Amino acid sequence: MLLTPRHIKASGGKPPEADKDHDKKAKGGELYGHYAANRRVLDKSAKYFVQKRKTSNDAGLSKAQLLELYRLLFETRRLEEHLVALYRQTQVVGGVYRSLGQEATAVGCAYGMRDGDYLQPLIRDLGATLTHGVMPLAMLRQYMAKATGPSGGRDLNTHFSDPNVGILGPVSMLGAMVPVLAGCLLASRFKKEDKAGLVFIGDGGSSTGAFYEGLNFAAVQKLPLVVVIESNHYAYSTPTTTQVPDGNLVRRAYGFGVDVSHVDGNDVLACYEATKLARERGLAGEGPTVIVSETYRRKGHAEHDNQAYVEDNEIEAWAKDNDPLDRYIEFLVKGKYTSKKALEKIRTEVEAELDAARDQAVAEEQPDAQTHLQAVFDDGNTPWPHYETWWRGGPTHREGS
Amino acid sequence: MPEITFLEAVNSALKEEMHADERVFLIGEDIGAYGGAFKVTGGMLDEFGPERIIDTPIAEAAVIGAAAGAAMCGMRPVAELQFIDFISCGGFDQLVTVAAKSRFRNGVPCPLVVRGPAGGGGRGGPFHSACPEMWFVSTPGIKVVFPATAYDAKGLLKSAIRDPDPVLFLEHKFLYRRIKDEVPNEDYVVPLGQALERRAGDEMTIITYGAMVHTSLEAAEELSKNGHSVRVIDLRTLVPLDEDTIVKAAIETSKVMIVHEDTRRGGLAGEIAAVINENAFDYLDGPILRVTAPDTPVPYAPSLEDAFLPQVSDIVTKANELLQY
Repeated sequence: MLLTPRHIKASGGKPPEADKDHDKKAKGGELYGHYAANRRVLDKSAKYFVQKRKTSNDAGLSKAQLLELYRLLFETRRLEEHLVALYRQTQVVGGVYRSLGQEATAVGCAYGMRDGDYLQPLIRDLGATLTHGVMPLAMLRQYMAKATGPSGGRDLNTHFSDPNVGILGPVSMLGAMVPVLAGCLLASRFKKEDKAGLVFIGDGGSSTGAFYEGLNFAAVQKLPLVVVIESNHYAYSTPTTTQVPDGNLVRRAYGFGVDVSHVDGNDVLACYEATKLARERGLAGEGPTVIVSETYRRKGHAEHDNQAYVEDNEIEAWAKDNDPLDRYIEFLVKGKYTSKKALEKIRTEVEAELDAARDQAVAEEQPDAQTHLQAVFDDGNTPWPHYETWWRGGPTHREGS
Repeated sequence: MPEITFLEAVNSALKEEMHADERVFLIGEDIGAYGGAFKVTGGMLDEFGPERIIDTPIAEAAVIGAAAGAAMCGMRPVAELQFIDFISCGGFDQLVTVAAKSRFRNGVPCPLVVRGPAGGGGRGGPFHSACPEMWFVSTPGIKVVFPATAYDAKGLLKSAIRDPDPVLFLEHKFLYRRIKDEVPNEDYVVPLGQALERRAGDEMTIITYGAMVHTSLEAAEELSKNGHSVRVIDLRTLVPLDEDTIVKAAIETSKVMIVHEDTRRGGLAGEIAAVINENAFDYLDGPILRVTAPDTPVPYAPSLEDAFLPQVSDIVTKANELLQY
């Protein structure tokens, strides 16, 4: 059950209705959205409805790809659990921002891109970062402010960049990176590179002026930008209904004159498929796509947040009925794509890799103030580790790799 | 050498850099067919086409944000603001948050130039007349340039475009068509971070920049009629600040006055006074004095704006106080 009390309240106390003739209408051009395959398209009255779709491999991913996705989902969840343990041991500097319950959006959308594309994750998109090619070791180093982290200890968590591998780390001013990604794609246009961009934003971040300005500019310029709005119910503590009338992010997205795809954000394959299609549209010159991903943030804004603002049983209901990993395992096993034993083997491998990475990162040093407070301007000093020390490359089986 | 206006000098620097380097492009509002609010980019759309002269929505966060993104990805964008005051509309965040911190936190150079008209005297009122340099002077990671002559405008803008870091390039709009000087046809640059002695003198020094260079030179001329020898230093670049030239002048003339059009509290004068205190205190024969705009928004009525802007007479009066020591 994807609907929550908050959504029901937002639509006047009644649950939004699903449209039985949805696919027929989509084919007949009666619907605005292009991606009927995701079964998350609005009718012309922009009515907001969400239903949990049965996961299916419409995109025809190979078995190796399907298992690779599982590995990334599991790696993301377990890496965050390691970070929480390290946080409680006071090894982490600052906070830990979990993506528990919404890993499918980060991993699935990033899997829909290709090597060389630009990715701008937010703090809760650790999964996208790993999927695009960053080593788990790098994230451990970043969270513990180690000199060996991609930012050399000068910035935190997912905040690191190297355009050479397509990683454009976020800034904390939400929305600000949307115009920046548009600028990266302008550069690609000048250089005649076949690159698209994927930028994540939250339901809260999509209320900012910078988000509007960046998306509108990308739309006017018809840049191949894929914007994923992770609608996870809360911006810190503020519900989506306080961000946008009726909590309807899809209706707002249509206002940009771009294509909009509304996906079940806990279905990793739906997220993958929506992103892949959006990327292709963008590179065909059709401009940006907004993907509104319906998901749920099961942890607080960060580890310190006790989520007192969440209604009773809400978190438990999502954990029980709509956990992205549980759903994906069920799909893989019931669909006979793999066996429970094969998944167990993947988990064992990932656990061993993460344990080793954790031990290595914990033993490393924080940066030296003599060397790491330089290079505000180009002064000849380069106290940042080269990307080869934190970049493992895109997934082996991802399309185009 | 031909004499050209300040505005023509900016235009010619942009054109020459675009011809010399295909990574350079312009982005801003009404810079294409219209040629920019002050016509600085006049004729450039025809010469370079809409792909390199990009007209944007009225969206300063998009203008500077897209420029920052392109700069990180290997381009050399020059973003124009119609009035530099509008940098407060979202563009501020892009410059201060994204561009200025990119190298330090990531090792990713962000070589963009943000340029636009600053300063008063045009009866533009509170939102079209500001000198916002100190917001950026106090932000590590941005270079700030404020030229006073056509020669410097061209040479400094070329340096700014070729610089590996973000540069805010302030053009005093009062100078656009009023200042004309000799500018060579061949390629040249004026390096960032070097002040220039505009007038020699050994009794006292006026340190200034932007349009106030001309006001200060007039004041120095006036003072010379009473036999005073006043040195005038044009900073040209506020970040990096040419501390050597400042300290040398303090040591050699023992009396220093700072003149700027920006408002008083937290203005650059305070920073310069601190540099002198730290490096030349023992040489001083009098207090370091300031002539600045008062701490008000820039007013609209000519009677008010004239009172707001430092005038030649204000500088002469204050200089005569200092010369008493």
